[in-house]
Formats: sequence, C-alpha cells, structure tokens
Amino acid sequence: MESRRDIFQAIADPTRRAILTLLAVQALTPGAIAANFKSSRQTISKHIQILAECELLKPEQNGREIYYHINAKHMSEVADFIEPFLKMWDDRFDKLETLMKKHKTKE
Amino acid sequence: MERKTKITAEDGRQELLITREFDLPLELLFKAYIEPDIVERWMGTKVLKLESKKHGSYQFETTDAQGNKYSFNGVIHEFSPNHKITRTFEMEHTPFGVQPEFHEFEPLVGDTSRLNMHVIYESVAHRDQVLKMGMAQGINMAHNRLQDIASKLK
Repeated sequence: MESRRDIFQAIADPTRRAILTLLAVQALTPGAIAANFKSSRQTISKHIQILAECELLKPEQNGREIYYHINAKHMSEVADFIEPFLKMWDDRFDKLETLMKKHKTKE
Repeated sequence: MERKTKITAEDGRQELLITREFDLPLELLFKAYIEPDIVERWMGTKVLKLESKKHGSYQFETTDAQGNKYSFNGVIHEFSPNHKITRTFEMEHTPFGVQPEFHEFEPLVGDTSRLNMHVIYESVAHRDQVLKMGMAQGINMAHNRLQDIASKLK
C-alpha cells in the first residue's frame, strides 16, 4: 500500500480544521472555500489537497465544477471528531454544578 | 485533562450516551432541569416556555455573538420527579430531525448523583451530522472567544 499523509497531522492545522467546519455544513467548490479565507487560493488549494489525500474530503464533479464533501466515514475514525461536542456538554454540566452548589448554600 | 462527562458514540449506531456524575444531591441536580431561570444560566439559552409535566412542552431560543437566533423545542412524554424525564428535542430549521432524549437521574452515595442521557437519532447519518455540527460549533465558539478578547485589546 502506498504511504499516505497522517490524518492527525492533517487536522492539527487550524486552517484545515476551519475548511472541514465549512464543509460540515455544505459541499463547496475550491473557489467558494478560498473565499472564506485571507490566504491565497494556492495556499487553500494546498490544504484541500492534503485533506483529500487523507480521504477526509471527497471531490465530486458537478458539471464544470468540483464540489468537496466531508468524507464522514473516515471522520468517525478521528477521536477529535467528538471532542468539541464532549467539551460543550462538559462545560455546561460544570456550570450546572457550580450554579447548584451556590444554590445549596443560599438555602 | 480529565473530564467528568463521558460520551459513548459507537460507530454505525444512531444513538449517543452521555453520562456525568455531579457533586450534588439528586434533588438539586433535578431542580437544574426544571427551574426556567436555572436552565437559562447553565444551558446558555433563553427559556421561552418550560412545562415540566407529561404532555408539557418547552421552547428555548439562543442568540450567538453575531446576533443570529437559534430555536429549539420539544414535548415532554414522561416526567417523574427526581427520577426520569423523557422528551423530544428538535433544533428548528436544521436537517437534524427530532430526537427522543431519555434523562435518568440516579442518587449516588454521599450527596452525589449521576445523569444518564440517552439520545436517539433518526439515522446514523443524522447522528454523525450532529457530531460534525458540534465540531463546527466548538471551533466557532473558540473563534468568537478570540474575537472578543481581540476586540477588548483594541
């Protein structure tokens, strides 16, 4: 098997995570992705290429345009996938705990 | 960093299991789910309606840093004080669908308690979409915090 780039290395970069975030909402063309960033189109195109090599993105031809989708099957293998969701709940529950402890001492 | 919250999301299943132990007696944990002003504070949302009873319903509205509003609603199917709340959850204007949520409240030793939250999605794809959205929100929240800090530095 041909050696591939490391998937964890791919998502370690903030721009590449931001690209994944954009594509989590909807499939986009490379031009539409680049329009969200200050970096040059070439830089963004390089990031897209790395994500695609790791199979985190899937290109799909639609007429003359290529749309990039998130490859959800592969994403589920990444532990980081669930991390922000876990953090959101953990933060909420921490707040609940702190709040109710104060509530308890007030009574 | 050790997190007190655990999430089980098995590959290819359309459900999530969220568990958390609280350093709180059961009654106080349960109270945090039924008092509107308390819910508002820890969920970070506005409570428009919260009828904690069988056949009751609820409506929440959250506003993000950009002023965008997000609406959530659901119906309460089972309400058993200090024991269980079964309800639906829907984030309006999203493709995520309606999710039944089973909240079980358990007393533990020495004035501590545990919440078991079991969420079921319409399909595996729906569940994974919600998790992806969580990733998006996590990144956006971090970004907004940075923007807040940056604007204060100006």
